[in-house]
Amino acid sequence: MSASTIIFYIISAFILIAGAVAVTARKIFRAAIGLLFSLVGIAGLYFWMEVNFIAAVQIIVYVGGIVVLIIFSIFLTQKSGEEMPKPIKSRKIFSILAVVLGFAFTCSLISLQTFKVNTNAFNVEVAEIGNQMLSTTEHGFVLPFEAVSILLLAAMIGCIVIAIKSKPETK
Amino acid sequence: MNEVPVTHILFVSTALFFTGMYGLFTRRNMITMLMAVELILNSVNINFVAFNKYLYPDKLDGVFFTIFIITIAAAEAAVAIAIIINLYRSHHSIDVEDAGELKF
Amino acid sequence: MNHYSYIALIPLLPLATFVILGLFGRKYFKTFSGTLGTLSLLASAVLSLVTAYQYFLVDGPVNGIYQKIIPLQYTWLQFSPNVSIDLGILLDPISVMMLVVVSFVSLMVHIFSLGYMKGEERFATYYAFLSLFTFSMLGLVISTNIFQIYMFWELVGVSSFLLIGFYFEKPSAVAASKKAFIVTRFADLGFLIGILILSFHAQTLDFNTLITKLTTVQSPEFISITSTSFLGMSVLTWGLTLVFIGGAGKSAMFPLHIWLPDAMEGPTPVSALIHAATMVVAGVYLVARLFPVFSMDAIALNIVTYVGLVSALIAAVIACTQTDIKRVLAYSTMSQIGYMMFALGVARQGGEEGLGYMGSMFHLFTHAFFKSLLFLGAGAVIHMVHSNDMKDMGGLRKLMPITHISFLIACLAISGIPPFAGFFSKEEILLASFNANKLVYGVALFTSGLTAFYMFRLYFNIFWSKAAHVHEPHHGEGTWSMKLPLIILAVMAVIAGFIPFAHFVTSDGALLETHINYLFSVAPVLLAVAGIGLATVLYKSQNGKPDAVAVGLGGFYKAAYHKFYIDDLYLFITKKVIFNLIGRPAAWFDKNIVDGTMNLMASLTAKLSVAIKGLQSGKVQNYILYFFGGIAVLAVLFIYIWK
Repeated sequence: MSASTIIFYIISAFILIAGAVAVTARKIFRAAIGLLFSLVGIAGLYFWMEVNFIAAVQIIVYVGGIVVLIIFSIFLTQKSGEEMPKPIKSRKIFSILAVVLGFAFTCSLISLQTFKVNTNAFNVEVAEIGNQMLSTTEHGFVLPFEAVSILLLAAMIGCIVIAIKSKPETK
Repeated sequence: MNEVPVTHILFVSTALFFTGMYGLFTRRNMITMLMAVELILNSVNINFVAFNKYLYPDKLDGVFFTIFIITIAAAEAAVAIAIIINLYRSHHSIDVEDAGELKF
Repeated sequence: MNHYSYIALIPLLPLATFVILGLFGRKYFKTFSGTLGTLSLLASAVLSLVTAYQYFLVDGPVNGIYQKIIPLQYTWLQFSPNVSIDLGILLDPISVMMLVVVSFVSLMVHIFSLGYMKGEERFATYYAFLSLFTFSMLGLVISTNIFQIYMFWELVGVSSFLLIGFYFEKPSAVAASKKAFIVTRFADLGFLIGILILSFHAQTLDFNTLITKLTTVQSPEFISITSTSFLGMSVLTWGLTLVFIGGAGKSAMFPLHIWLPDAMEGPTPVSALIHAATMVVAGVYLVARLFPVFSMDAIALNIVTYVGLVSALIAAVIACTQTDIKRVLAYSTMSQIGYMMFALGVARQGGEEGLGYMGSMFHLFTHAFFKSLLFLGAGAVIHMVHSNDMKDMGGLRKLMPITHISFLIACLAISGIPPFAGFFSKEEILLASFNANKLVYGVALFTSGLTAFYMFRLYFNIFWSKAAHVHEPHHGEGTWSMKLPLIILAVMAVIAGFIPFAHFVTSDGALLETHINYLFSVAPVLLAVAGIGLATVLYKSQNGKPDAVAVGLGGFYKAAYHKFYIDDLYLFITKKVIFNLIGRPAAWFDKNIVDGTMNLMASLTAKLSVAIKGLQSGKVQNYILYFFGGIAVLAVLFIYIWK
């Protein structure tokens, strides 16, 4: 039981507890903060797995972008201090049942599977990522890159169009 | 880190996935549903990275997938917020139960 | 003989006219449709005469015996190597004769209708139906195949239905057309069973093959059909009797005659064509066509004879009491067809014994002319008086001279007065029945006296009796189109008797020498003159004698006036027995069980759909739950069950 395994379990527990808070908190702001901590925890997990670039991207985009966006929208749409209504009992029980059963099923499947672990070193150079992203050779990702760029453009235009306030008809 | 078997990381990501599912089933507020969706997407990211590191350390495919998923998640969150705001303008509420016009 | 292929045009021209007038007549042709129909019939009639000339005088006789010629045959449905439904043209003496009769009388009716039906709104439809009928009848007479004749038989029934019910706003016309169709259809059931029996045993549907097989005593088919018996009679008898039932229905023989008087609801030219000269003789034609087979079985021939005889007698008695002129003529038709039937019944195949056959066909030929003349004349009278009843007529001889003379000629012909046509044909029939069966001869003689009596009763009531009280004869006797056919038919009624029929149409195709036996003719002519004399005394001028006679005959007169209550019997059986015992339970079953099942299935489906509808609640989270549930089920399915 080395230190890294202990750290792994601590980070995992943090992620899961924060996630649980995010989905069960009564006050919306607390849920948002729970989400934030969960995402930060995941970034930590990436750091532990030595994929530093992804961790950084996670923090920048998710934590710094999406959570902030969510909090803005909370401000825009409701009084954030109030309690949210609880879900109906039947739905809650049914959901817990479904989730627990699903979890058990998936875990049983995973544990039955044998993975061929390759113990080579995992080297994630940023330069390497950049090269591969734009290369057209066998492991190149330039096509998905271009596609995602178009998607981002479309999303941007779409957001503006959907959220725009139409001018009132009266003069 | 090689003493943590892959399956443990997969357990974590599965648990996170089902937590997100629970939130999707239960929450009535649209923004909290969006939060639960983000959790699900992140669990998938963890899976990709874990497989890449443990099973195919020579290639970077998992990392790229993760990058793309993060990108797309960001775009999707933005569009979702725009829709929520639009819906708030017409219904003055962001409760999913109030947006039931697609009923038979 | 391919130079005979123009014969295919004879039925096809009226068919084409029917299609054109049926589809376009109402909108585009209107009054021209009459001319179109008449012209196409004129072409058919000319072609028929050419065929007759060609067949009888040039090609037909080989060594003095008329051959059966088949110019066209086309296999339509092949059931097995032997049995197939063919469509073809058969030429033999009776079919060529019928071609001439049908097309000629139809032409006369077409010309007459130009004037009679003028101003009728559905003029084009009328001519379309007439053409359909002519096509069906022509197809019937040239059939080579027993199934072909059955097809055209039904087509003729349909045309008759359409034409009887032509004035469909009148409920009596609708009821009459239904009655005609149902009675004949019911008889055709017997016909169909008879066809199946005969063709099963003979292993063929073709007339020539069937006749050859069933008339050679040594053939295996004949042996099989006469050795099997059912309820005491041989299968041959059953088959022939059933076929005869079909013929009896169409020819209005007792007891299937009830439709013929009611069929007079149709327009009068239709009655002239269909219910006097052509369709009602289809039954006689059928027996004549299958005559060689009939003559192998004495029981079947006896049935034919006695049914014909009874019909002739009963119809003559009823005709003496009726006041509607068309009904009188209808019963007269039934009586004359009875003559044709029993003439066939007393004949045998070949030589001298085939005299009845020749007489029957000769009578068919002459009867067509004078009966259609009678009906057309009645039509002219009805056109002037606007009523069918004898009581509204009288003294019309000055107002309608041409109709009067032609009607008189026809009455003389039907009564059997020489030298008119009816005398010659009736002579042959009476001679044949005298040679075969004295009882039949006696009844036939008595009936011919009755015929003369009631025909002249009709004649005097229309043209003499009392002074005419038609208000203003505003349209005179009728246009030339109504007079011309009367004149032509009157001429035919005079000269047709002089055609040496026995040279052409006999039971075996060979020439039959006949001569007038003057001594024998004395009895019928004398009886006819007596009948005419009695009618003159009673009806020439109005007096109280007919009513006195009616009172004197008492109950018998009343029964005859009510047509011997046969119609009432049929109505009773239909209403009380069939409707109540069979119809009502069937209707209950249909409404409650059959419809009930359908309605139950429909309502179940509706309830199911309402239940499923609830799934679409509009709530996104429900949808997510269903989605997840589906994935879970599929996952379990694919991972554990379908590896």
